[in-house]
Amino acid sequence: MALRGNLRDFTITQLLNLINLAGKTGTLIVDGPAEQAHISFRDGKLAYAKIGNEDGSLALVLHKANKINANQYRAIADRAGQMTDKELGLLLINAGYVTQEDILVNLQAYFTDAIRKLFTWVEGFFRFENGMPPPEDRINVKLDLENIIIEGSRQLRELEELQDEIPSLDMALKFTNRPLTNVNLSVEEWKVVKFVDPKNTMRQIAGTNKLGELEIRKIVYGLLQAGLVEVVRPAGSPVPINPKMFPTQDKDEQKTLINKLIGRIRTM
Amino acid sequence: MQTVKMVVTGPFSAGKTQFIQSVSEIDVVATERKISTEEERTVKSATTVAMDFGRITVDEDLVLYLFGTPGQKRFDFMWEILSEGMLGFIVMVDSTRPETFREARSILETFRAYAPTPYVVAANKQDMEDAWDMEDVRHALRLDANTKLLPCVATDRQAVKTVLLELLYSIIQEMDSKK
Repeated sequence: MALRGNLRDFTITQLLNLINLAGKTGTLIVDGPAEQAHISFRDGKLAYAKIGNEDGSLALVLHKANKINANQYRAIADRAGQMTDKELGLLLINAGYVTQEDILVNLQAYFTDAIRKLFTWVEGFFRFENGMPPPEDRINVKLDLENIIIEGSRQLRELEELQDEIPSLDMALKFTNRPLTNVNLSVEEWKVVKFVDPKNTMRQIAGTNKLGELEIRKIVYGLLQAGLVEVVRPAGSPVPINPKMFPTQDKDEQKTLINKLIGRIRTM
Repeated sequence: MQTVKMVVTGPFSAGKTQFIQSVSEIDVVATERKISTEEERTVKSATTVAMDFGRITVDEDLVLYLFGTPGQKRFDFMWEILSEGMLGFIVMVDSTRPETFREARSILETFRAYAPTPYVVAANKQDMEDAWDMEDVRHALRLDANTKLLPCVATDRQAVKTVLLELLYSIIQEMDSKK
């Protein structure tokens, strides 16, 4: 039976564990809330990973790692044309821009980061394409999954704890009365703070900033702990008295009913 | 016959069943089972696994039902079902067990997300020597100044009545604010 399902029932950590133990070769495709991930394995080891629209090319990886500058990156992207990453890697090594170790270390870091991001996905559908190799023009690595799985389990525990703190992402945030001065926030935190408004739910803020559930919860938790924001019901969302709350829809009758309850309890 | 309901929620062993028992005119229909884990057994011997159910009859046309939720997280699938159509809810917290405050906060946030109904927080066991001060409980639960945090002793009928009345006053206030 094909390995496919929902992340709600089978977590990324459990999937990696299965792939690792079974020594599987193929590609795991995950359709997340906003992006798609392609993670390839050879004999149960991580070979390649790509999330979203990034092409996962060697040039991009080296550029992100500051091994080549923006001009060099553009020049490579323009000229490399049909060149595979292996050919490009050899060219860069021979030209003295990078070492073979640079390439491997940075590819491993890039792929591991992609998996880390994947750990924050708790919703989405996955399928494992048995035998499907990574793109031919990309360099593969051979990374043991054990440490990644341990890290993922740690993140999962963290997520569970954060879910206790912030159970619903459908609530909004508003600033408390504390002034936002002399506060050192990271870029990611600023991105969230920028959208703090009772009109925006945390889920919407996460979506806009392409943050996973763990990431948004982490940031909001920090802001809550610092007393900068508080969780509120989204403004503009219907706040009706639930019709099922009262046996009658007449407002005056509803009020009479509550007053009757008050009277009864007072005299008990 | 018209019926309305309120929900009493809170962490494991916060005193929810006792709270309902103190005002219910019927013996509380409690679905209690023996505790299966050693850790929980040290706190109490039986716990609610589905719900507690109490009743206050106002007159021949109106009855208030009180539903108590199970405290353990593994029964949280019951929470949303019980919260359906509630007038408001009471979050009970044991003032002597700060280790449960985090969970109480989580339960409070979960119920706030279920329904935009008024709620109050009852700090139970305020008669105990090792109970946390109300202001400390407020900070620990991250309650803003507008949220009603009420001292409570679940075995004391008068204290329980006060909590219920405060919730009803909040409901009236909410209705008036929407006019």
